[in-house]
Amino acid sequence: MALLSFERKYRVRGGTLLGGDLFDFWIGPFYVGFFGITGLFFTILGTALVIYGAAIGPTWNIWRINIAPPDLSYGLGLAPLAEGGLWQIITICAIGSFGSWALREVEICRKLGMGLHVPFAFSVAIFAYVTLVVIRPLLLGAWGHGFPYGIFSHLDWVSNVGYQYLHFHYNPAHMLAVTFFFTTTLALSLHGGLILSAANPGRKSGWTNERKVSKTPEYEDTFFRDNIGYSVGTLGIHRVGLLLALNAGFWSAVCIVISGPFWNEGWPQWWSWWLDLPFWS
Amino acid sequence: MNFALPMAAGAAALLGLASFVGVDWDAPPVHSEQVGYRGTGMNVNKDAAEVAAGIAANVVPESPWEPDPEGERASEIYENVPVLGHLSDDQFTHFMASITEWVSPEAGCAYCHNVENMASDEVYTKIVARRMIQMNQTINMLWPQHVGVTGVTCYTCHRGNPVPRGVWYRDIEPEPASNAYRDGQNVAGHFVGNTSMPQNALERYLLEDMEIRVHADTALPTGAQDATTKETESTWALMMHMSESLGANCVTCHNTRAFNDWDQSPPQRVTAWHGIRMARSLNRDYMEPLTPLFPDDGYHLGPEDDVLKIGCRTCHQGVQKPLYGVSMMDDYWPVLGEYGPNEDYQVKIIPGLEAPDMSTSNMVKPGTK
Repeated sequence: MALLSFERKYRVRGGTLLGGDLFDFWIGPFYVGFFGITGLFFTILGTALVIYGAAIGPTWNIWRINIAPPDLSYGLGLAPLAEGGLWQIITICAIGSFGSWALREVEICRKLGMGLHVPFAFSVAIFAYVTLVVIRPLLLGAWGHGFPYGIFSHLDWVSNVGYQYLHFHYNPAHMLAVTFFFTTTLALSLHGGLILSAANPGRKSGWTNERKVSKTPEYEDTFFRDNIGYSVGTLGIHRVGLLLALNAGFWSAVCIVISGPFWNEGWPQWWSWWLDLPFWS
Repeated sequence: MNFALPMAAGAAALLGLASFVGVDWDAPPVHSEQVGYRGTGMNVNKDAAEVAAGIAANVVPESPWEPDPEGERASEIYENVPVLGHLSDDQFTHFMASITEWVSPEAGCAYCHNVENMASDEVYTKIVARRMIQMNQTINMLWPQHVGVTGVTCYTCHRGNPVPRGVWYRDIEPEPASNAYRDGQNVAGHFVGNTSMPQNALERYLLEDMEIRVHADTALPTGAQDATTKETESTWALMMHMSESLGANCVTCHNTRAFNDWDQSPPQRVTAWHGIRMARSLNRDYMEPLTPLFPDDGYHLGPEDDVLKIGCRTCHQGVQKPLYGVSMMDDYWPVLGEYGPNEDYQVKIIPGLEAPDMSTSNMVKPGTK
């Protein structure tokens, strides 16, 4: 793939975390690096094991392929490959692969002299995954509490784990997570709409044939000041977006890690503290 | 100066703090039981310490002595023993000693008897007790699908209390503010697991004939299923009661990917299906007809003057198998395991009270409509 004329100046040597100059090169548009190699290794191995698991399983139906974790009776030990061992190795591969991707992002940030916001944000997603398949199973004492790898099967798992606590909508951290997810999409749609409305104001202006011109951020700010009395600003909206999105992932992790290890009744019962507050009980 | 913002922030901080320190959080280690195939998430998680406490709190009392089945019959010695007259004298005395320990260990014999004339029916609790003995016999004879060979005794519910804990009644608290209409829901319902769902849903299933028919049989709507959201929530409210009563959860009886499908459900669902019908039948045949006997003292009747009724918690008391499945029946089969041969059984015990109608037992094969 041809290099664009200005790209060469951004392709700077160094900034690597591991491997020094050894893997400090590009293949086509892609930076490789030590973590590119490990990422590729874990991805290929993990994917191959998923395909192997499908091969020894009952179906090739893409929706129904299921790599399930071991029985609870294996506790925190290793299980035979066909009885959850595959799930255990694939989990290691997934974490290795996601972690490599994040660290490769860190190396690219260092090369470019940027902040680490992108790998940090991605790390929150990795944290949510690790919470599901490592932290919570460790706290509950069995790898079998992880979720299965399969399109339908993981949805069935989500449903059943929710109903372990009778009514998951009463989980306070789930409430926060859901609220953050919805607010994230609201903020993104408002932001996207605002940018497009300022950048693409329309083809013509009224009865003249004069072409409309793109508007500056002052117009964007004024729109929201007129509308809700306040504009968070051009940089600020991205801070808001990052905050909302990371909180969505973070509280998702919290809502599942407290379900079982720290609360194992129905979630509606959790609200007893509210009913017990002294000044209205 | 504007205090609204700091006040709101302070209130939010206080509530946040209360939600953290005011909660009786559990902590690992967790006792987990796998119900379904691995990876389906069909597990029951419980606090290991609470499980240990539950085991300690559910020990069956020992039989006072081993009764001798031989000798003169109670009916030949005592007057007015229509239900237990077929027992031997020793079996009869043994059972009276047991029931006193089970039901009224403090008040003793006088809780049910005029101790000057033990044969007299003048104390209403004696009539209730006789009726409850018949109820035990009915449960043990007609409901093996629910109680198996473990059976039930008075102790299963009473546990040393004259009025069993874990009963339910028509719940009217709290009254709606002003003229607000909340249609029997939208409060922290005491008998529906503190949810906001219909607070008297138990009436519909454990007293009335409401069937649980809210689940669609098809993935996409066809118009054939016309159950409303509220009917669905009624069902859910009953399920809350069942789960809380048994220390179980939804996946004890269901794979939630298809609540309705018997083929995907754990076998416990069949036992529970019979349990719903058993509680309904007992409330109708035994509890409701006794209503006029109980004093309106705020303790023996509900706030609406309805009789205290049987739910899942009444026997289960937080444990999936009451008393962890230990049978107390060894010494009590002749007393509580079968109807006595005495024809007086069919006699009306209180005016207007019919002998139980066995046809209401409602034993239909699970899964049929």
